[in-house]
Amino acid sequence: MLALTYSPPTRLHALSAPIKLVGLCAITTALFIFPTGWASTILGGAALGLYAAMGIAFLRAGLRTLYGLWPFVVVLGLWHAWQDDWDNGILIIVRLITAVAFANLVTMTTPLQDMIACLVRLLHPFRRLGLNPNAVSLAIAMMIRFIPVFLARADQLKLAYRARSHRSGRWTILFPLALGMLDDADTVAEALRARGGITPKD
Amino acid sequence: MEKATVHIALFAALIAALGLIPKLMLTSGVPITAQSMGIMMAGTILGAKRGAAAVALFIALTLAGLPLLSGGRGGLGVLAGPSVGFVVGFPIAAWATGWIMERLHALPISIAAGIAATVGGIIILYIPGVAGMALMLDKSISQAALLITPFLPGDVIKAVITALLTQAIFAARPASVFSRSGSSL
Repeated sequence: MLALTYSPPTRLHALSAPIKLVGLCAITTALFIFPTGWASTILGGAALGLYAAMGIAFLRAGLRTLYGLWPFVVVLGLWHAWQDDWDNGILIIVRLITAVAFANLVTMTTPLQDMIACLVRLLHPFRRLGLNPNAVSLAIAMMIRFIPVFLARADQLKLAYRARSHRSGRWTILFPLALGMLDDADTVAEALRARGGITPKD
Repeated sequence: MEKATVHIALFAALIAALGLIPKLMLTSGVPITAQSMGIMMAGTILGAKRGAAAVALFIALTLAGLPLLSGGRGGLGVLAGPSVGFVVGFPIAAWATGWIMERLHALPISIAAGIAATVGGIIILYIPGVAGMALMLDKSISQAALLITPFLPGDVIKAVITALLTQAIFAARPASVFSRSGSSL
């Protein structure tokens, strides 16, 4: 399965993940505590500049990730046109697109394993509350591993259903899909315990 | 601990898979994304704690950069977009669904699951969902609520299907429905 990280690596890929995350927090906070057209436009321009500095192909990939926002842009545009409140409408649209663009920039330039490492580190304080980091790491690995397993099984179930019915892909496959998952979980847990189980914390 | 961890991880994988399979069609021809049904089922089957953990794991990996939300969305941009409240609300909704489910053990399982999925997976989920949309689009709460009403009928149908599925799974594997078997983490 493909992550959202952009390839080939750009200069921003080399920057460490925590720095990018802190920067992202700062920029997003600034966008919302300075709700002026100037702040949003300057930061929006900065986002566009950063994308463009990584190359035309990168810029194009970045713009594609923003495409999903169009229904909101349309609704906002119509609403503010109806209210005759263009200034605010444009400010909100620019701010929305800028905030998402900066967040996408971090996602596109940070490998998944770096993000997961940050996540596991952020969870460290919860060890005192009984959270076992080994269990979390294992759960992450198992989840990623089992997504294609369940996708393949969903396909099989749909084919089997279609072989017996003229209809296709009804929600009825959810029952065997969920049941199979619960059975898999029991088997995997048993196998895991037979091999010594999850390492207890510390 | 192994059993809890594996159930959490595999349920998270199931929720992810539900967002990637093409939209399912109801008999009436209404397309429906199964992912939010996965959130409800995490609560009705795994219970409050494990259900919330499974959904939180799914959301964490989505934010880390896997495009697992239905429609292939993912990454940190989700947190800056208008649907941030729903994403943040998913684990809370699963927890609430499980919490209600665990408290309704005197009721027949399908009715308990139906109530839990409706309250937890719709009402509780819509609170942060609407708040997030109001904040991101700079609209009032009632205006934001108006924006999401088209999704309400579909969500009610999902709650009903969740109730039926939970009942069927309980009939087939009673020990795997942790919200009923009372086994703790």
